[in-house]
Amino acid sequence: MEKNLEHQIDESEKLGMQIVKESEDDRLMTLSVGPQHPGSGHFRFTIKVDGDYVVHCDPDPGYVHRGEEKMCEYRNFIQNIPHLERPVIHDSANITYSYSLAVEELVGIQVPRRGQFIRAIASELDRQIYTLYWLAIYGIFLGHSTMFMWPTGDRELFIDLMDALSGARVTHAFNIPGGVRNDIPDGFKDKCLRHISYFEKRLKEYEDIFYTNPLFIQRTEGVGILTKEDAIGLGVTGSVLRASGVPYDIRKAEPYDVYNEIDFKVQYMKSGDSLARAYVPLLDMKESCHIMRQLLDKMPESGEVRAKLQPTPKGPPGEAYRRVESGRGALGYYIVSDGSPKPYRVKISVGSFRNMIALPHLLVGSKLADMPSVYWSLNYWPVEADR
Amino acid sequence: MATYPQRFRFGNFVASIIWLILWILIIVSLVGLPLIFIILFYLPLPPVNGEVLTPYLFLSMMVDPTRTLPILHFIIHTDLFKVAVFPGFSFAALLAAVTIFVERKFLAKMQLRIGPLYCGKIEGILQLLADGLKLIAKEIIIPSGADKPIFWAAPIAFVATAAAVVALIPVAPGWVAADVNVGIIAVFAILGFFPLIALLFSWASNSKYPFIGGLRALHQMIAFEIPFFLSALSVVILSGSLNLTDIAKAQHPYWYIFFLPISAFVFFISSLAELERIPFDLPEAESEIVAGWLTETSGMIFGLIQLGSYVKVYALSALFVVLFLGGWAGPQIFPKELAHGPTAGLMGLLTLQGVYNGVTVNAIFWFTVKTLGIIMLMLLPRGISPRIRIDILLHTGWYKLIVLTFINMFIALALIYGGILGPGGLLTAH
Repeated sequence: MEKNLEHQIDESEKLGMQIVKESEDDRLMTLSVGPQHPGSGHFRFTIKVDGDYVVHCDPDPGYVHRGEEKMCEYRNFIQNIPHLERPVIHDSANITYSYSLAVEELVGIQVPRRGQFIRAIASELDRQIYTLYWLAIYGIFLGHSTMFMWPTGDRELFIDLMDALSGARVTHAFNIPGGVRNDIPDGFKDKCLRHISYFEKRLKEYEDIFYTNPLFIQRTEGVGILTKEDAIGLGVTGSVLRASGVPYDIRKAEPYDVYNEIDFKVQYMKSGDSLARAYVPLLDMKESCHIMRQLLDKMPESGEVRAKLQPTPKGPPGEAYRRVESGRGALGYYIVSDGSPKPYRVKISVGSFRNMIALPHLLVGSKLADMPSVYWSLNYWPVEADR
Repeated sequence: MATYPQRFRFGNFVASIIWLILWILIIVSLVGLPLIFIILFYLPLPPVNGEVLTPYLFLSMMVDPTRTLPILHFIIHTDLFKVAVFPGFSFAALLAAVTIFVERKFLAKMQLRIGPLYCGKIEGILQLLADGLKLIAKEIIIPSGADKPIFWAAPIAFVATAAAVVALIPVAPGWVAADVNVGIIAVFAILGFFPLIALLFSWASNSKYPFIGGLRALHQMIAFEIPFFLSALSVVILSGSLNLTDIAKAQHPYWYIFFLPISAFVFFISSLAELERIPFDLPEAESEIVAGWLTETSGMIFGLIQLGSYVKVYALSALFVVLFLGGWAGPQIFPKELAHGPTAGLMGLLTLQGVYNGVTVNAIFWFTVKTLGIIMLMLLPRGISPRIRIDILLHTGWYKLIVLTFINMFIALALIYGGILGPGGLLTAH
């Protein structure tokens, strides 16, 4: 037993977590960051600082736990959709996408081809909305208020598109098992292309005012370096993994729906510091514009968008695990069905929680002033992690 | 698309300002002036123009308003007026209010926002008044375990210290509240109090985040005070005087910014650091230490500190103008003497016969314009720059800026010994 504990301590020291004994605590100051701290979100972590250096970090998630997984067991497969998108209301197309994929596998439905394209478009739009929101908060965390306002404003471009598509600005409940809720409206394609080309111009301006700013580079370059081995060992995902030099994207690794017909590159960087983790989402947004153009181009002009389903669809007893690439990385659903219309068990594997595990590893040894830049570069959405 | 800001209609803006001025004039002439006359009626005034002000004389003044001009002349030359109203605190507070409004609108335009819009109907011009009223109405919360005397005293000391800096700034020849011969040293001595107040306040508020903020303020001051002094030292070398009025006068044909651009740059950066403005707002870094040393402030305690810091913005911009931009120097655009119009009656009062001094008005105008320009430059980094990190800040202060100031000091010495500036120099005014 003791040996096991020592082994654990060794392991955690290897990962950079220092074990601080209480008796040596006099020169250390314990700071509680969150959940009412402007730099934390719905999340709390306690850090110990020695002067300006962080020597210990203890993440404490769970403030916005809603029991989504348990709630799923009392509702049937269709009723589950509106509450499942609550953890990430601005990326709701992706969090319902993988649920739909898993349910389709369980029930055995084939989605019409046009429906698959519209689903992919919705998920790309939501990825943009999420990433812009993330970028806005990253900007204000570094004290750059213009970078807060610009992405929050440009988010409206995609919110308007999703509004036209689904009728709701956020929480669309649009991707459902069997396809999408409704067909796209008239003139959507032109509007979408217009907004994308305007947004690509804006991305250049973001680079000018924020990413090439010498003070931004000074603050993020070489800060919180996550090496390739550590990134794989800790199991981080999404842009954090790609910033550490691993070109891994679920859309490329396990293409779902129509993504194997789309030609795109997996954007990654090798340095693994905060700068790279801030840069990869920007590259992703550019690539996403590219993907959206192709999707709009290749989409069939007409056809069904939704497979016919029973009011309470049910399949044979079995299990399914499907995942998609969300704004924060791999987002998977593991669903076990006992043959009834309600799922027997639902487990959600979210990117946020897996990225949060790297936080103590990166924060220990960095300065207090690096805390916001490291923390938010991990692409962490507390509400999603708590589920 | 909702990303487009509402169009700014300059014509409407100007028109509404004219309306506002009209209403202010009407209210002043109907309410304000009678009120002043009533108050003057009860004030014991010293003999002016060889006459003792009696109620009878005052009645004669109401018939001939120009007879109040000597009193006006007397009042604006008292020390109290200088300290409290014109070159002193009220003028600084007015400019600070203008600064806050301009900052909000300017930053909003930069960030595709609209900024204050509804309050006061004209582009939210009364928003500041509303905010002030709100702050006064709010409850002041003192944390348990706080050191109450210091917690109360620090905000007042902050404003008082900011006002003390303002008192040393000459706005026009002869228009300075305290014309001391060691003016520039006095300014730096007073500026040295600010981090002390921040540290005391943060310590007194018995909380961790303010304490870190106060320590950061102290670090920042130590790193930037030395380049701040040294950049002003090269100006002193060139002008040969520590008196701020003399420094401004010594720049008569050519402003020092042409000879000492590096020094001006260092001074500007250091004043940004001194003012704790972005990118040097580390003591108030929101995402790291909540609100830094202001975390426990509430209500009017916060309001006073904000007022003090904006007065400080004015003071340091004015100091920049005095040291590098020739103070009040500028082409004479106001008439030196008003044309001999009516010397009696209401028109005589409005044309300010005998009180008006064209040179002074011109000096005040140019000084204000230059100061507002420097304030605008100080507001600009807030829109384009993220916050700097403490170690980079210290490195910048200790390594880069000090070296730059020394380079500039050698330039200043070369200018003196090369016979270009200084007494009997090539470019000195004779």
